[in-house]
Amino acid sequence: MIAIVDYGVGNLFSLAHSLDKIGAECQVTGDFKIIQNAEKIILPGVGAFGDAAKKLKESGLDRLILNQAGEGKPLLGICLGMQLLFDRSFEYGVHDGLGLIKGEVRPLYEISKGLKIPHMGWNSLHFCDKNPIFRGLCEGDYVYFVHSYYAKCGEGLSATTDYGGEVTAAVRKGNVYGVQFHPEKSGETGLKILKAFAELR
Amino acid sequence: MLAKRIIPCLDVKDGRVVKGKNFVGLQDVDDPIKLASFYSECGADELVFYDITASAEGRALFCEVLKGVASKVFIPLTVGGGINTLDDFDRVLKCGADKVSVNSGAIANPDLIKNAAEKYGNQCVVLSMDVKKEGNCYKVYSKGGRIRTDIDAVEWAIFGQNSGAGEIVLNSIDTDGVKNGFDLPMLEAVCNAVNIPVIASGGAGSISHFVELFKSVNADAGLGASVFHYRQFSIKELKNELKKNGIEVRL
Repeated sequence: MIAIVDYGVGNLFSLAHSLDKIGAECQVTGDFKIIQNAEKIILPGVGAFGDAAKKLKESGLDRLILNQAGEGKPLLGICLGMQLLFDRSFEYGVHDGLGLIKGEVRPLYEISKGLKIPHMGWNSLHFCDKNPIFRGLCEGDYVYFVHSYYAKCGEGLSATTDYGGEVTAAVRKGNVYGVQFHPEKSGETGLKILKAFAELR
Repeated sequence: MLAKRIIPCLDVKDGRVVKGKNFVGLQDVDDPIKLASFYSECGADELVFYDITASAEGRALFCEVLKGVASKVFIPLTVGGGINTLDDFDRVLKCGADKVSVNSGAIANPDLIKNAAEKYGNQCVVLSMDVKKEGNCYKVYSKGGRIRTDIDAVEWAIFGQNSGAGEIVLNSIDTDGVKNGFDLPMLEAVCNAVNIPVIASGGAGSISHFVELFKSVNADAGLGASVFHYRQFSIKELKNELKKNGIEVRL
């Protein structure tokens, strides 16, 4: 069973349904026991970093996630959920993240000078490292992005996309995975990625 | 590179997709879930749903339709029609919408854009504008294009962006339903004034109209309704032609 962490941020309807669609059992939950018993964890997130980090901390879910990831349980952060994996973010102030992957989250205009912000729409993936959740994908496959901040990775960069420069599309460090785009909104390609994550051993 | 998006628009009334023809009456087109799945499989990059029912029953039915679509179709869904309050945002987001478009509701209460952006994030708030040319400028209309306001379209778009809208849908009243091409001068005027994505709407009648749109204006997406509903051409054919013309698309 995959636990989709519910900490009051974002719309989890599509994510839960896309996992249903690929036949992966999942539960949207903030319950510690259920998350501890899950085989895998997805950390979703839409909205502002500071608010999300605060909600994770207040609920104690931050420590639970760190502990579960530390035990080797596969963890997938999506969009803001990926950004939360890093050390800190500079979105409206400076906020600490989970620190599972070295790096920081910075305003996208630093890379995408002159381009429209948010980076919204379908953009192609370029792989720079082997990542089992991209099994069966092809170089250049399109996925759906919506974000105004980007992760400047200190380690673990596994895919990029081009938006005025190389933008982090995915990271991986051991059992900790993150994608900046929304696999649950990326059609067939996105479902393939979720399926590969669900089938990780 | 970021692909230009092709977006079919589905007007939903009493649980069915309908389409106005020649500005008189509404024709029944199809079942929304069936049509949405079809478009998604054929390469649509996103779907826009407008709830054009007025009754409470129609609204409840719309939520059921939306839930049905969102549980079957895994591309972004934008929902508009009758969005006047944060409660309206809540209602459609809970049914699986990814973005919510405001039009008359934001004209009546401009703070709606800012309040919604603060609560749900900029990416969630789409400012939809119905625009008509008047002399040398463009005016915004409300209530589905029926009521003229004194608002200048370029100024309204800038206000929307500064208030936190993450995207703009620009619908030209002058070209809507005419099928003679998009309203390029109007689109250009607004696109040049903002730095958020713009979806062009109104006037698509052929594949070449989309080619012309993306070649001449910095729009991010093209919206179409009847050209797709009545299968004048397929999304695949359209995208192949765009690609041939050097325009980046998701095939």
